[in-house]
Amino acid sequence: MSKALRTSWNHIRRSPYQSFAAIFIMLQTFFVITIFAFIVISSARIINYFESLPTATAFFKESAKQSQIDALAAQIKATNKVSKITFVSKQEALARYQQQNKSDPILLDLVTADVLPASLEISTYQIEDLTPIASTLHSSPIVDQVVLPKDIVSNLTSWTNALRKIGLVIIVFLALDAIFIMTIIIGIKVSHKRQEIEIMRLLSATNWYIRWPFIFEGIIYSLIGTVLGFGLATVTIFSSASFLKSFLGNSNFIPSQPELLLMLFGGEVLTAIILGFVASFMAVFRYLK
Amino acid sequence: MIRLENVTKTFGTGAVALSDINLSIEKGEFVFIIGPSGSGKTTFLRLLIRDMVPSQGSIVINDIDLIKLPKGKIPQFRRKIGVVFQDLKMLMDRTVFENIILPLEMADVDRKTAEKKVDEILQQVGIFEQKNKFPIQLSGGELQRAAIARALIFGPEILLADEPTGNLDPTTSWEIVKLLQDINKLGTTVVMATHNADIVNSLLKRTLALEKGKLIKDTKEEKKD
Repeated sequence: MSKALRTSWNHIRRSPYQSFAAIFIMLQTFFVITIFAFIVISSARIINYFESLPTATAFFKESAKQSQIDALAAQIKATNKVSKITFVSKQEALARYQQQNKSDPILLDLVTADVLPASLEISTYQIEDLTPIASTLHSSPIVDQVVLPKDIVSNLTSWTNALRKIGLVIIVFLALDAIFIMTIIIGIKVSHKRQEIEIMRLLSATNWYIRWPFIFEGIIYSLIGTVLGFGLATVTIFSSASFLKSFLGNSNFIPSQPELLLMLFGGEVLTAIILGFVASFMAVFRYLK
Repeated sequence: MIRLENVTKTFGTGAVALSDINLSIEKGEFVFIIGPSGSGKTTFLRLLIRDMVPSQGSIVINDIDLIKLPKGKIPQFRRKIGVVFQDLKMLMDRTVFENIILPLEMADVDRKTAEKKVDEILQQVGIFEQKNKFPIQLSGGELQRAAIARALIFGPEILLADEPTGNLDPTTSWEIVKLLQDINKLGTTVVMATHNADIVNSLLKRTLALEKGKLIKDTKEEKKD
């Protein structure tokens, strides 16, 4: 086995450009896989976060008077299911909007306090208490719209599902691309060594003595590509953590626990071994009949 | 040891390389195969290492029927026969040592034993000092000796040599023939294809003459007669 590995390493050293191409295609594939894995894990965490939020928001019509709003707030409070109730005036809504978009002057110029509705933010002790409170709010003539976490969750879920499907399609395409390119590269190497292989056969080499170095070569390309792709994606994500924090509002959504990263890396290594094996196996059986 | 019965080899093009060959070679013999280019000498040797199969007839070597030999057992069979190829078939990007140790690596012989064996064989063929050189750095005679060393590495009972003196000057050719004779004296059966009439006539060994794929002379049969 060590002889086969040594021969594989010699194959890699002696044709650096082909080796670079094989490693680069694997790097691309595993860079994208890692980025999508981070997106999938983060989106699941965001959804969980919203699912666990026992907060509903009621937006008022323009015509709503402060006295009507206060009466509705008192009615809601009287249910004893509410842990916190906060009134957000038009001015406060504008202040929040300005805070959230302070880096984008165009967005700030477009919005004034008039276009933002006043609202009530209602938190309950139990998440299941939100539904009866939401129906009370809905029945009020001064309420324009009630937003519940489940609505956000439903929206986010459909977005992330779409994102997962797109990601899966891209990953499948990249993986197939990687397999075909690796098959061609290893096939070229087999063709270059045709004479040497013929001599080896005459000198009593078994088929597997000739095949193993090529199969290991494919696996080595995959593993190097995975380590580089995973490393590059992780560095990219963590170096843009401050940007992501301002975008997501919470940096805990980004998976950073070592054991989770290790599991992700382990999964990618396993995938790399399978991809490398399949590609080189195809090449060996295609060109070494 | 080697028995051919009614062996005919026809190629896909319809060309007949060998036609109805019947002969046997006993253990410890030294046999020359002579004949002009295209007479079937190389085909004869290729049939003996199961590099190709005859179109008709049977070949039995050490009780192994080569026609019935499964593909998976060909590597083990080839370890029992040493071959010096006409074009030598040395791997040019490996040193003499690496070329010679290669068959042992293929057979999973442990490294220390293999290295010791290579050193011994290099001493035997007289090119120990050249072990770390690449084939391109060797003279024709040294290269031929390296090819013989590789062929002998498993201690085969049979050594096939295809034109081993083909591109050598007369002195070096005789050195190579002397080496093959020494190997034969140690009990190895040697089958040597050659064009060199001087060597054949001087050694007075059994000679098989081929012409257009037919065995036209076997001096063993003549002696019997």
